[in-house]
Amino acid sequence: MTDIIPILPILIPVISGIILLGVGRTNVYLHRVIASLTALLMVIVSIVIVYYVAQYGIIVTHVGNWEAPFGISLVVDMLAALLVLATSIVTFAVVVYSFQSIGPARERFFYYPMIMFMISGINGAFTTGDIFNMFVFFEVFLLASYVLITTGGTKVQLQEGFKYLLVNILSSNFFVLAVAYLYSAVGSLNMADIHNKLAAFDGDASIMSLVAVVMLFVFATKAGLFPFYFWLPGSYFAPPMPIMALFGALLTKVGVYAIARVYSLFFIDNTGFTHQMLMLLAVLTIVMGSIGAIAYSDMKKIVIYNILIAIGIIIAGISMMDEAGTIGATYYLINDIIIKAGLFLLVGFIIYRTGESDITKLGGLMKVHPVTGWMLLISAFGLAGVPPLPGFYGKLFIVTSLFDNGHVISGIIVLLSSLVVLYSILRIFISVFWGESMDFTKLKPISYDKLLFSSFLMVIIMVAFGFGADALYPLFDSAAQSLYEPSSYSGYLLGVE
Amino acid sequence: MEILIIVLAGILIGASVYLMLSKSLLRIILGTGILSHGILLMLLTMGGLKRGGIPVLDDSVQQYADPLPQAMLLTVIVITFALTAYMLVVAIRVYRELGTDDVEQLKGVPREDD
Amino acid sequence: MKSTLKKLGYNRVHKQMNDVFLKYTAKVVFLVIITFSINLFFSGHYTPGGGFVGGLLAAGAIILLLLAYDLKTLRKMLRIDDKRTITLGLAISFIIPILLMFFGTPLFTHQYTYLQLPVFGEVPIHTAVIFDVGVYITVAGTTLLIITLLASEQFMAESEGADKE
Repeated sequence: MTDIIPILPILIPVISGIILLGVGRTNVYLHRVIASLTALLMVIVSIVIVYYVAQYGIIVTHVGNWEAPFGISLVVDMLAALLVLATSIVTFAVVVYSFQSIGPARERFFYYPMIMFMISGINGAFTTGDIFNMFVFFEVFLLASYVLITTGGTKVQLQEGFKYLLVNILSSNFFVLAVAYLYSAVGSLNMADIHNKLAAFDGDASIMSLVAVVMLFVFATKAGLFPFYFWLPGSYFAPPMPIMALFGALLTKVGVYAIARVYSLFFIDNTGFTHQMLMLLAVLTIVMGSIGAIAYSDMKKIVIYNILIAIGIIIAGISMMDEAGTIGATYYLINDIIIKAGLFLLVGFIIYRTGESDITKLGGLMKVHPVTGWMLLISAFGLAGVPPLPGFYGKLFIVTSLFDNGHVISGIIVLLSSLVVLYSILRIFISVFWGESMDFTKLKPISYDKLLFSSFLMVIIMVAFGFGADALYPLFDSAAQSLYEPSSYSGYLLGVE
Repeated sequence: MEILIIVLAGILIGASVYLMLSKSLLRIILGTGILSHGILLMLLTMGGLKRGGIPVLDDSVQQYADPLPQAMLLTVIVITFALTAYMLVVAIRVYRELGTDDVEQLKGVPREDD
Repeated sequence: MKSTLKKLGYNRVHKQMNDVFLKYTAKVVFLVIITFSINLFFSGHYTPGGGFVGGLLAAGAIILLLLAYDLKTLRKMLRIDDKRTITLGLAISFIIPILLMFFGTPLFTHQYTYLQLPVFGEVPIHTAVIFDVGVYITVAGTTLLIITLLASEQFMAESEGADKE
């Protein structure tokens, strides 16, 4: 059983992708059926995984039956299990959303197989216990994302897709370099093994600070941290809405997960330098994201800059590396994956319905789509962290941790950013749903039941998650435990050594 | 020997930076290719360069070469191959659709009609 | 080849581009390369070689034919659909590990045994070979797909590139 379960989140999407490739490009309907069934299966499987991990602790399988520090291990702890669950839910919503939005031309163009390959890579990056294997899974989902960002071949997609390709290839190369440094310093690639070796090492480990800087460059580029977020607003702006939702909700979060994992396991020696650097960048990211979110009047841009704010808040929580900070970060990470997808899908619905993404040209939609409007308001509250919703718990823990550690200014910036988030989304809400009515005859006569289904599904899941947050606390505590107490993660090696 | 290879990797990475800073799409792609070569040399050197047998179980060989950097190297080569190929395809499409291979022209949001 | 040159803007192609030597040599060398790629493929696992190199070499051989003839002729000579080939290769290389899980071992744990054959003596039988066949097919198909995409005119309509190894 433990041999099969950790494999499934990687294997199911790959098999589905191969079947979809085999079906060929003519039968779009069959593609839709297979893709949505796979996504549903993924949700069920990941719920089983969360249950299993909650019941029996970390699940480990050694691929190819090689012993743990030498072969590749897949390690599913609670953090990975929760992230896989959130990924599956988002995938299901986006796949259903795509039926009516992406258009048959792109669907025929191997859109669903690429999504499946990308999900498999993302799940692999979450579940792997080997740093080089993480690189390989990064490449798998990046390759699929390159195809997704350029599929359809419009001019803006090709132009921004090329830049996206270039930036990511550059940072992937530096990932290899960081792994090379790490391997020469430690002589191992298994993350738990590296942690055990470094924890037992009492000499001068200052080389690890160099590795920390190179790794930060790599993952900050993928996650969109302060100096390296320059590519993100342009590239995420280009592809169609479902792809954008998938990228915005998931791809940056993989970078955040990698930062959390690597900084908790490897860089335990000189935390005064490495984690301080991380927090500084996180705060700057929040500031820059806030400026962008206020500056633009394009709905897509506003939501994209909101990604940056969320990334900054999560990284600020992770950089504290104490119990409250990491619990807050895991809460906010899961919350942000779900609600960011929901927000993208809602905004996408407005854009598809009106054919316009500039909020100054819209108004009075409340008369036509009242439910959508209130859903948008709820998601704004969820993002900003209004009490019964899950964003509140995340921010509460993170800010408590920041104040406890004496970072008062950072805590205040995190709190103020909530206001900016609320203001930027409320600006969409007010000028699109209230105000002077736009010309309702210009609305596109599209069928939109599935668009609304997916976006409402995400908001409802978010609200349910908020009310269940108290009951789910043990899960998040055990997820955060492998960050603030990394020996609980690397403990699976003890039986071997 | 290690120093020599590291210097060589540095030269390759320097050349790739020069190529990537140029404006032509094709030069940029060549630059990424050369960058990955330089970094692969680093990866190989980091495992330690020494003479040894093939890292496959064989009773007659006493000293084995470190197999891990070689395995990683192969994986990275495969990935770089796929990436470079896809990048070339995208570059050609960029050239056909946007009518330019100058990166300076790839700014702003292009119009769809012309 | 004439059409290729015309496409590139060489309007005055005086000489008829029908190089007999090139075409004949390409055919012969094609066979040599394919044989060598199969040799490389089978020498994998214990000695340098394997599915990836073999597949690349096979694709190289077919590209040699593409250089000597043109795409249309090549399509007539080899009636292979690239996308089907890639799907087949991927399917083989993923079905084998999944089937192997029925032995009750983790993924990618291969089974092997040694057979006594009358002429060859002791021959190792390894399931990794079947997995490698999938890799071989996938790599050859992907490389071929990319090169023909870059070469063909109709690639405006289809820009599917390298996806998975």
